[in-house]
Amino acid sequence: MSPLNRRGILLRALAMGAISTLPACNYEDPQNPDLADKFLHAMSYWNDRVQAALFDPHTLAPTFRPDQITRPPRFNAFYDIANVTVVDPTTYSLQLGGQIQDKSPWPLAQLNALPQQSQITRLICVEGWRVIGEWGGVRLSDFLKAIGADTTCRYVSFQCADGYYSSIDMASALHPQTILALTFLGAPLTPPFGAPMRLRIPTKLGFKNPKSIVQLAVTNVYPGGYWEDQGYNWFSGS
Amino acid sequence: MPTKRRVIHPWPLRLTHWLNAVAIVMMIGSGWQIYDASPLFNFTFPPLITIGAWLGAAIAWHLAFMWLLVINGLIYFIWSAATGHFKKFFPLTPRAVLHDLIAALTFKLPHEKGVYNAVQKLLYLGVLFAGIMVVISGLAIWKPVQLWFFCDALGGFYIARYVHFFCMAAIVAFLAIHLTLVAMVPKVLPPMITGGKIDP
Repeated sequence: MSPLNRRGILLRALAMGAISTLPACNYEDPQNPDLADKFLHAMSYWNDRVQAALFDPHTLAPTFRPDQITRPPRFNAFYDIANVTVVDPTTYSLQLGGQIQDKSPWPLAQLNALPQQSQITRLICVEGWRVIGEWGGVRLSDFLKAIGADTTCRYVSFQCADGYYSSIDMASALHPQTILALTFLGAPLTPPFGAPMRLRIPTKLGFKNPKSIVQLAVTNVYPGGYWEDQGYNWFSGS
Repeated sequence: MPTKRRVIHPWPLRLTHWLNAVAIVMMIGSGWQIYDASPLFNFTFPPLITIGAWLGAAIAWHLAFMWLLVINGLIYFIWSAATGHFKKFFPLTPRAVLHDLIAALTFKLPHEKGVYNAVQKLLYLGVLFAGIMVVISGLAIWKPVQLWFFCDALGGFYIARYVHFFCMAAIVAFLAIHLTLVAMVPKVLPPMITGGKIDP
């Protein structure tokens, strides 16, 4: 073996060694963060702040033509479609919590009675794929006003029927395209796509669009989220 | 009388080079793991060579080291523009590239310390371009709403992902050539660490 080859192999071995040790340290045990986890958390927190500064309440997510809608729609959750939680729409009511004046629950009929708007927008998954769909429902900013929510609070949090949970910043909650969706493709939501009500927020990644929401709260205490607590960036704005 | 010798690679160049090496390895390794979550082509990268045990960790590494890549890259560009370092990449003619490429492939191209041959110039300019495009396409994918102009300029979110992938592929191809050449002419490595000295 010539010295040239030996050096090449050494360099490669060093590079491989450096790379292969890294997969060991990353968000595999959120309860016991190691040094790498703490570094990633600090950077993720910094990225939250950068994204909040970058967020322009007047910048709208792009909208699309009806013929651009993805058909059939793509189901996605942290479980299989066979295990979808079905919520009975007749007994459903949205529970309210936190810094809200009127915390009386909202039955579906009452949500349907509020002014509705619809949008054909793109949902981008954190995995990289995207789909285009048509969602209709109540503007979250209108709803927050209707219930007397303290919109100076930092967070709006959501609890779902299937145990999923997530939260968003108030500025994004008040964005005109952020809606409590009740319909999908012009018909009431079906269980796999978040019946009876889900959040549709085209200025954030897909996992920030919780489905089958049973409780909404306004708070200054960081609520986290199902994926966020495992390491996904909290703000995850588009 | 002793002649004044000059440094082959000034310290800002060496520093940004090695910081960039760290950033590029981290970005490519974590990028491959992110790619695997939703592959664009009919293949995935083996977990052995990806960084981040799962998608969430890979994205966290990617969005952490993007700051090193971009800030270090900006320092390099500002330093290069201010000191005239970019002049070393010019003049560059197709004829010179062809001539030096043939010479290189027939092992007749001597290495001159501190001077770039035409093939080197083309490769360095090419990888700088890929570096700029990989950042722009990355920003387009990260912020298709807030930074919509990057996304639009590249033909939309769907195409931006492919642009991002091919820029990565170009950088990986450059790295393969770059490391092969260093392995073939190992005397170029120490000056990249110590700076080296050359007679004027």
